[in-house]
Amino acid sequence: MATETATREDGTTEGSGRRRVYLDNNATTPCDPRVIEAMTPYFFEKFGNAASRNHEWGWEAEEGVEEARAQIAKAIGADSREIVFTSGATESDNLALLGTVEMYAEKGNHIITVPTEHKAVVDTAKYLESKGVEVTWLTPKPDGLIDLDELRAAVRDDTVLISIMAANNEIGVIQPLSEIAGIANEKGAVFHTDAAQAIGKIPFDVNELGVHLASISGHKVYGPKGIGALYIRRRRPRVRVAIQMHGGGHERGNRSGTLAVPLIVGFGKAVELAVLDLTNGEIDRVRALRDKLYRGLTSKLPESYVNGSMEHRLPGNLNVSFAFVEGESLLMGISDIAVSSGSACTSASLEPSYVLRALGIGDDLAHTSIRFGLGRFTTEADIDYTIDRLVDVVTRLRDLSPLWEMHQDGIDITKIEWQGH
Amino acid sequence: MAYSKKVIDHYENPRNVGSLDKDADDVGTGLVGAPECGDVMKLQLKISDDGMIEDAKFKTFGCGSAIASSSLATEWVKGKTIDEALEIRNTEIVEELALPPVKIHCSVLAEDAIKQAIEDYKRKREKKGGVQQEETAEA
Ligand SMILES: Cc1ncc(COP(=O)(O)O)c(C=O)c1O
Repeated sequence: MATETATREDGTTEGSGRRRVYLDNNATTPCDPRVIEAMTPYFFEKFGNAASRNHEWGWEAEEGVEEARAQIAKAIGADSREIVFTSGATESDNLALLGTVEMYAEKGNHIITVPTEHKAVVDTAKYLESKGVEVTWLTPKPDGLIDLDELRAAVRDDTVLISIMAANNEIGVIQPLSEIAGIANEKGAVFHTDAAQAIGKIPFDVNELGVHLASISGHKVYGPKGIGALYIRRRRPRVRVAIQMHGGGHERGNRSGTLAVPLIVGFGKAVELAVLDLTNGEIDRVRALRDKLYRGLTSKLPESYVNGSMEHRLPGNLNVSFAFVEGESLLMGISDIAVSSGSACTSASLEPSYVLRALGIGDDLAHTSIRFGLGRFTTEADIDYTIDRLVDVVTRLRDLSPLWEMHQDGIDITKIEWQGH
Repeated sequence: MAYSKKVIDHYENPRNVGSLDKDADDVGTGLVGAPECGDVMKLQLKISDDGMIEDAKFKTFGCGSAIASSSLATEWVKGKTIDEALEIRNTEIVEELALPPVKIHCSVLAEDAIKQAIEDYKRKREKKGGVQQEETAEA
């Protein structure tokens, strides 16, 4: 191939000696070309309103929507009527929490969740708390998993909802869903799980697991942004959520608003493809690359620590603290590689990752954490390159770090009285 | 976030990285910040008897702006007298590096590091001076 820079299918470039590697697939994923292909007709030729019942334009659009609904239902073992389209997992989480608490107000006023949830759940639960709902925040174990005994002890007769995510977006830790569902079902509480990170990465069948509500999102599974769904169980038991979006009564009244037909069609295709990854060897390929990255980094860089369980973890996720090297300065040195940091400096707030903090990881280590998110378009060459670059930059920044110097001199930095700001 | 050219330059080619002997009489050390806050700066100055800053070294744990602020600080203090160095204000660092508001604390830290290093040097001198005085008193 020519030496000119060439853009590959996934947007990374090769040639001219410059490589770009996207390893932030927990943040978002590119649209799979097959998804884009499925969506395209729905912008012009089939642009109709799926709610238009009396002409072909409407029927075509509705057909596209219903096919997508069936694709998604099938992928998670649900019935089509149990899928409600939303604008994304954030809205699905809001609908699940607000809708359940409102619907079951007569039963009780208590919910249970975990501080390591996505902000869409954490902040909604805090909002409910401010409105007088009692919230029990479970304490995750140091590896990120919840303590089932603690959960069992926390459920009460007036508990209306347990909301615990399937897989965490920062540390990739997978929660014991069927055990949680067992506890919820035994006590008559609704079990909601945010499965945005889990679809296509771990087997997720709503009946095998026994979940009642599940949030999913398009852009985490190589689909478009701005589309998601909430699975709402209709049988054994039937679960209902109070309406949070009033209007024209779309989605069986559960969520009004003209359906985003092209996005929904792309979402359906994306989910259908994503669950194929479970059986066609794709997740094994990604896991092997992740493990190579893990071994490469931790064998070449001393004082690097994995955050969260390595065993109960999404195949494409790795979260490592490179002690004594601040995360943002590390990102700056690898601007050709897209990853995220738990350091305060990279976020609007001045606090480091609240997820790592909830695991009991000190702020000093949280500031040095990097999240790697591998995906469908990650290649072995990407991983080899990433290992080399990381080893280079971490080594250089450690030479620059007074903490590394102290550590080398045998000084325990936790014993020093720091004058923080 | 986009970094200014100057921040990138200091990050990629930090000036005066290293350490001086912290126990030497003519070296003042400033260590500011905290690991929990995500930035720690160590700034060391070698100061002549007549108060000239002959050498400056730094090591920083922190974001690119923190590294650049401390690197710039070492550049600026070298060749200055103690009194001149004490006049360096964090706002000048902000301006030179075009730091955005969220990074102002990095410049504050650099200013504090200079002050602390000079204080440390003065303390050592006083102690030494004190010892000398005692010696003369004894004689
Ligand atoms: C676990 C989890 N929940 C919810 C969301 C939000 O999804 P969306 O961007 O579709 O609103 C995300 C992604 O940011 C996520 O990772």
